[in-house]
Amino acid sequence: MAVKNVIEAVREALREEMQRDSTVFILGEDVGLRGGVFLATQNLIDEFGESRVIDTPLAEASIMGIALGAAFQGMRPIPEVQFSDFIWPAMNQLIGETARACYGTNGALPVPMTIRVPYGGGIRGGLFHSQNVETIFFHTPGLKVVAPATPYDAKGLLKSAIRDNSPVVFLEHKKTYRLVRGELPEEEYTLPIGQAEVKRAGENITIVTYGLMLHYCLEAAEAVAGEGIDVEVVDLRTLRPLDKETVLNSVKKTGKLLIVHEDNVTGGVGAEIAALVADEAFEYLDGPVTRLCGPDVPTMPFAQTLEDEYMPNTDKIAQALRKQAAY
Amino acid sequence: MPRKKPARFNGTEDSEVGIAQTPEGMPEGLTAGDLVDSYTKMILVRTLDERIWALNRQGKVPIAASCQGHEAAQLGSLLAAQKDGRCFMFPYYRDLGLKMAAGLTPTQMMLSFMGKEGEPYSNARQFPLQGADLEHNIIQISNVVGAGLTQAVGYALACKMQGEDTVVLTYFGDGASSQGEAHEAMNFAGVHRLPVIFICENNHYAISTPQRLQMVTDDIASRAQGYGFPGFTVDGMDLARCYEATREAINHARTRGPVLLEMQVERLMPHTTDDDHLRYRTQEELDGIHQHDPVATFGADLLTMGIITEEKAAEIKAEALQAINDATDAADAANPPDASTMWGRVYSE
Repeated sequence: MAVKNVIEAVREALREEMQRDSTVFILGEDVGLRGGVFLATQNLIDEFGESRVIDTPLAEASIMGIALGAAFQGMRPIPEVQFSDFIWPAMNQLIGETARACYGTNGALPVPMTIRVPYGGGIRGGLFHSQNVETIFFHTPGLKVVAPATPYDAKGLLKSAIRDNSPVVFLEHKKTYRLVRGELPEEEYTLPIGQAEVKRAGENITIVTYGLMLHYCLEAAEAVAGEGIDVEVVDLRTLRPLDKETVLNSVKKTGKLLIVHEDNVTGGVGAEIAALVADEAFEYLDGPVTRLCGPDVPTMPFAQTLEDEYMPNTDKIAQALRKQAAY
Repeated sequence: MPRKKPARFNGTEDSEVGIAQTPEGMPEGLTAGDLVDSYTKMILVRTLDERIWALNRQGKVPIAASCQGHEAAQLGSLLAAQKDGRCFMFPYYRDLGLKMAAGLTPTQMMLSFMGKEGEPYSNARQFPLQGADLEHNIIQISNVVGAGLTQAVGYALACKMQGEDTVVLTYFGDGASSQGEAHEAMNFAGVHRLPVIFICENNHYAISTPQRLQMVTDDIASRAQGYGFPGFTVDGMDLARCYEATREAINHARTRGPVLLEMQVERLMPHTTDDDHLRYRTQEELDGIHQHDPVATFGADLLTMGIITEEKAAEIKAEALQAINDATDAADAANPPDASTMWGRVYSE
C-alpha cells in the first residue's frame, strides 16, 4: 500500500476508469495540458488524447449541457467544474435538466455522468473560491451527491460514481487535496455509493459530518477523550442517498448527536439529519440535537480573521462536545 | 421573400412514374409523391392542431402550444432528415408538427395532449410531447428554451467521438436565440466543427415580445459568421425551400461542420391555449399573416401544379378529419396513468 493524497487518489480513479471504458471522457476548463488548476487531470491528455480530455471554452452552462447531451448518446462524461463557486451558470443544466432527464422521460434517458466539483473553504479563497454548494444538490431528487474526506474513499467512490448510471455530483474538498494523505491499495477496488462509515467508534456522543470537517471532528474527539468523553464519528461520505441506518444506529447507541458541517447552518444537510433523528430516534435521545455549522453569512470571507471566525475548527467542535457531554 | 410561381407538373398523378418524378422548379430529390405525402401530413397536423384548441376549451387538453404557421418549416426540414436517414433531432416546444410527422399516430398525439396512459414521450409525466421519442430519434427533455441547444451539441460531439456519421438537428425560436446557451452551443460547435444544424423557427414573437425588443438585427442567420460557420435565411412558409436548405445543410454538417438555418415563419395562433395575442398584435396584422398560411399556400401550389386534384385534396382533408375524430375518441376513452406511476424512475433502474 502506497501513501497518497486526495488529488492523487482522484487522478488514479480517473485514469483507471478511462482505461477501463472508452466511453469515459473528461471535459472542463484547463483540464488538458494544464491538467486542471488542481492537477486532478495531470498528464491524462498525454495518455488519452485531446478527444477524451477536452479543454472547453470558459462557459459552464455549456460544459454541463454538452456533457448531458453526450450522456444521452451513451457516453460517460466527467465534466469538471473548476471551482464550485463557478457552478451557478450551469445550474439549469444540472438541476433543471440533468436531475429531471430520467424521470421526465419515464426512464428512457438515464444520465451516466459524474460532475466533479472542487469545493469548500479554509484556504483563503474568499467569497468566490470557497463556496459550499452541497445543499442545493442534496435537496434535488434525480442527483446523487458524494462528498469523500480521505484518499481511500475518494478513489473508491469516484470509480463507483463513474460506473453509476445516474448523475453523481462528486464533491472534492479543496483543502483535503494535499493535506490529507492515506494508504491506497495497489489492487482494484470500488466503494458503494450511499454508505456512511463510522470513522471512530465511541459510546457517549455521535458526531455526524462529512468532507474536511471529518478530520477536525476526529481531532476534537481525540482532544476530549482524555476528559472521559467517548465520541463516535460518522462520516456520511454520500449525502444523497443518505445512509439513514448508520446515522440512526449510532444515535440510538450514544443518545446524543452533534452535527458538524462547513456549509451554512440554515436548511443545510444538518437540518435534515436533525429532522431524521427527531422522526425516527426521538425516544433514544438524552439531550438536544445540536449543530455546529457555517454561520448564515454568504461564504467565509477572505481576511484570515474573518475566515477563522466563519470556519468550524477542532477547538469549536471540542467545545460543542463538552457542552453536549455536560447536558 | 418573393415566392416563385410554381410550374405545372407534367407527370400524371396516378401513375407511378409521375409520382416518382421531381416536378419542375422543385429541388432535386423532392418527388411529386413526397409533395403529396407531405401535404397529407400537413393537413393531418393542422387538423390535430385545430382540434386541440377546441378540446382545450372543453377542458380536455390542459395546455397546447400551436404550430400553425410553422408546418412547412417543420415538415420540410424533417423530410430532408428522414430521407437522409442518419439524423437525430432536438426539437422545441412548438414542434408538434415535426414530432407527429416523425412517426407518431394521431391517437398517440391525442394521448399526449390529454395526458393519458401510453403518452409516448414521458407517459404523461411532462407537458404534451416533452421527454424523448427515441424510436424516432428525438429528445426534448425540457421547456427551458435554449437548454436543448447545448445538449444537441453534446450529442453531436459524442457521435463524432464514436465515429458515427449522424447529423444532429436542433430547433429553437427567436426568443431562445437570446439565451446565453444559444451562444455557448454555437461557439462550441464551431470550435469543434461538429455535425449539428441550428434551425431557428423565427416567428418574430417570443410570447408577446416582438423581434425588435429581442435583437437589434433583422435576422439571426448572420450571427453564424461570428462562430465561423455558414448561416442562411430561408422562407419557412415554403416546404420545398425548407427541405432543400436542410438537405444541403445536412451534407455540409456531415463533412464540414455546423450550419445555422433561420426559417422565417409566422405564428398564426396565440403563444399557447393560455394566451390572447390580441393583447399585443393587431387584428390587421393577424389578418395579414393568415394570407400566407403555409398549409393553404402549399395546397394551392399543388393544385396549380396539377399534382393533386380538387377531389384528391378533399379526400385528404376528409381522411384527416376522420383520423383525428377517431383519435380524439380513443384518447378520450383511454385511462390516465395510474397514480402509482408517479413513483420510480427518478434514477436509472
